[in-house]
Amino acid sequence: MQLELYIEKQLVKKMIINVEAFPEEICGFLFGHESHARMITGIMAARNASTEDRFKHFAIDPLDFLHAEDYATDNNLEFLGIFHSHPNHPAIPSESDRIAAQPFFSYVILSVIQQKFSDIKSWRLNSESKFEEETIIQY
Amino acid sequence: MAIVFIPTPLRKFTGNTSKLQIAGGTVSDVIENLSLTFPELKRHLVNADGRIPGFINIFVDDDDIRNLQQEQTPVTITTIVSIVPAIAGGIR
Repeated sequence: MQLELYIEKQLVKKMIINVEAFPEEICGFLFGHESHARMITGIMAARNASTEDRFKHFAIDPLDFLHAEDYATDNNLEFLGIFHSHPNHPAIPSESDRIAAQPFFSYVILSVIQQKFSDIKSWRLNSESKFEEETIIQY
Repeated sequence: MAIVFIPTPLRKFTGNTSKLQIAGGTVSDVIENLSLTFPELKRHLVNADGRIPGFINIFVDDDDIRNLQQEQTPVTITTIVSIVPAIAGGIR
């Protein structure tokens, strides 16, 4: 079955503004609801806490992750995934993305070329721990 | 005994439960008993040599166990043990 991810258009716009404003990798959390379909209704930017080259790598502080869990619970939302950017690279998961990937989560990747938005794709691990693309439907 | 917080991505292995009371006097005991209770969780919490892998952070109340006594950090009935996946990635 083809995976699908519904995202409010205004949230995609917000992510694009974010990726075009920062040359380093940006990252954040995805919130929403899932019944018949997975719907993203909110995003929260997170600090890129990587101690490596932040133009090529991102990491989220564990305490920020716990804050996102609390935010979802307090606002009756589901914590559904992570977004991050790939500066000057395609919106395809890298090996480092795959190694750190968690089950269940959607991983939205925004490709930004020369600080201009180029592409957005979403990915989710299947039962064999391999990424499968989810079709993004903006509404 | 401690209260264990299960992060969202791993809740499908605990019947969608986010908080569980698990027996044990140390973090190591608690993780082992959690893995026995929910065997599908084990590969996400423990690597081949029985240690907690680098892509999992464990917090005891507000502190990372790397700053405490690692897996031997003691816990009590009121301790909250939070499992926090390390979220990271990049272009390579």
